[in-house]
Amino acid sequence: MRTITTSDAVAVRLAGRKVQWRELAFEGALLLALLVSLLFLVTLLVDITIKAMPVLTGRPADFISRGLSPDPTRAGVGTSILGSVTITAGVALFAFPMGIGTAIYLEEYAANNRLTRLIRTNIRNLAGVPSIVFGILGFAIFVRLVAAVGLGGSVNGRNVLAAGLTLAALVLPIVIITASEALNAVPSGIREAGFGVGATRWEVTRHHVLPAAAPGILTGTVLTLSRAFGETAPLLLVGAVTGFFTLGEGASVMDKLTSAYTALPVTVFSWSRQPSEEFRALAAAAIVALLAVLLTANAAAIILRNRYERKW
Amino acid sequence: MNESGDQPVPDSTTLTGPAAGRIAPPHIEPNQLDESAPVMFDVEDLNVFYGAFHAVRDFTVGIKQHEITAFIGPSGCGKSTMLRCFNRMNDLIESALVTGKLLYHGIDLYGPEVDPVEVRRRVGMVFQKPNPFPKSIFDNIAFGPKINGYQGSMPELVEGSLRRAALWDEVKDKLGESAYALSGGQQQRLCIARAIATDPDVVLMDEPCSALDPIATLRIEELMQQLKRDYTIIIVTHNMQQAARVSDRTAFFNVSLNDKGQRTGYLVEFTDTVKLFTNPDEKATEDYITGRFG
Repeated sequence: MRTITTSDAVAVRLAGRKVQWRELAFEGALLLALLVSLLFLVTLLVDITIKAMPVLTGRPADFISRGLSPDPTRAGVGTSILGSVTITAGVALFAFPMGIGTAIYLEEYAANNRLTRLIRTNIRNLAGVPSIVFGILGFAIFVRLVAAVGLGGSVNGRNVLAAGLTLAALVLPIVIITASEALNAVPSGIREAGFGVGATRWEVTRHHVLPAAAPGILTGTVLTLSRAFGETAPLLLVGAVTGFFTLGEGASVMDKLTSAYTALPVTVFSWSRQPSEEFRALAAAAIVALLAVLLTANAAAIILRNRYERKW
Repeated sequence: MNESGDQPVPDSTTLTGPAAGRIAPPHIEPNQLDESAPVMFDVEDLNVFYGAFHAVRDFTVGIKQHEITAFIGPSGCGKSTMLRCFNRMNDLIESALVTGKLLYHGIDLYGPEVDPVEVRRRVGMVFQKPNPFPKSIFDNIAFGPKINGYQGSMPELVEGSLRRAALWDEVKDKLGESAYALSGGQQQRLCIARAIATDPDVVLMDEPCSALDPIATLRIEELMQQLKRDYTIIIVTHNMQQAARVSDRTAFFNVSLNDKGQRTGYLVEFTDTVKLFTNPDEKATEDYITGRFG
């Protein structure tokens, strides 16, 4: 009989390799969850693309450039894209300075007391308010405000300015939250270093904290823009045209900004409600256009983030 | 106390105090401290509170010009809190309250007229963890002088600061590169160069070597000896050997617990470093430096 050595004992212990069924089952369940959600997405995309094919292959350039029309062979998303882009630009103009400013104030300047904690909590709650509520707010306040300052145009304030303000109010809490998080992620050592060489709070924020937080702020804000780009419900309340209209050829920029408008998601909504097959195909093609714009915006956000991302 | 208690400062070769043979003695040389040197900071009965929490009580000390003063003591004894009073860094903590007298060149640093931003320009700081700005080496140095309205040649100032921090030869060919590409020890010397670029009077160092390896630590310690000619240095350190090696005078802090379990730091003894490490007056100091607690 040979003596049992340490390595024999270890070998016996280590040789216990067997199939871990519970591990496998759990991994399988997780994979299934992934596949189911992917399946929904792929089904949706394939279905939409097939339905949109006649329009996308038949007259792509025509579809992109033309405006709304009661004739399905002449209808396009030109004015809708224009409307959506204008509104989104308005959102960026209104929401970014205010949102980033609020975040800087809350993170860098404001005292951390009961009042500011209440404000922070409420901003988070605001981000969860259904968008239709912001539509009502826009209808009650921004439409009247725009009309009151004389920019109401022929539609009495129900124009892209009111729409931009409404969607800006909608995304403002999200801009504040993402910017706050980006500022929060800047190591406090950088601030201390700035104060340590005799910088004022503004100099520390301007030269060190903001540049360090910029990639995060940028990514967050671009993503909020795509949220605004895809919103439908509030726009229905602040007057996006769901019927058919064409913009006059000789209209000035001011006329365009203050007159009736439509937006891409509203167009999808309106065309989907039409009974005819041709409009269903148009709606599908408009969805493809919407998704293409959103994916481009998100890709831009990711590229920007990767380019400017800093490590510390 | 022991028998040598009333003797003059002992020679390093004849260490007789309680620390003899326990802490590395070769670096301790008899200090020729100039007792008539002008006082930079005159601190009297300073108390620091964070809200209801009494962090440091009744701190009284005189920091002399062109000397290195070390603050040592167990964790949580308020050394760093104390240090941050000297450049009003505690102002950045909302609940912090400082009472008592802290005179800098005879001016009350906490007087109503005093601008904390200007204080921090004159009293530079080096932090525990190297914290360069996420910018180029050049911009790290240039930022302080720039915001403080420096009018002269920036490249010259950057070179001079890096030379004084003993970093110039290592970085002169890559001034445009990110400060994050440097090693930890180089980053810390960059932070020292940044602190002296604004031409301060005083450099505060909050455990500057605690994140560094022994070689980098030695370089910083050598650097401190050179900087002492131009600046007054206060260093907080956890490392008693370091305090013994680099400092001229040492303040030993301890911590007391009140009945609510709150820890309040207080100064036990402030004296000539050699005396403190070889022949302290207080039993608590002796216990700490000989490793009986802490």
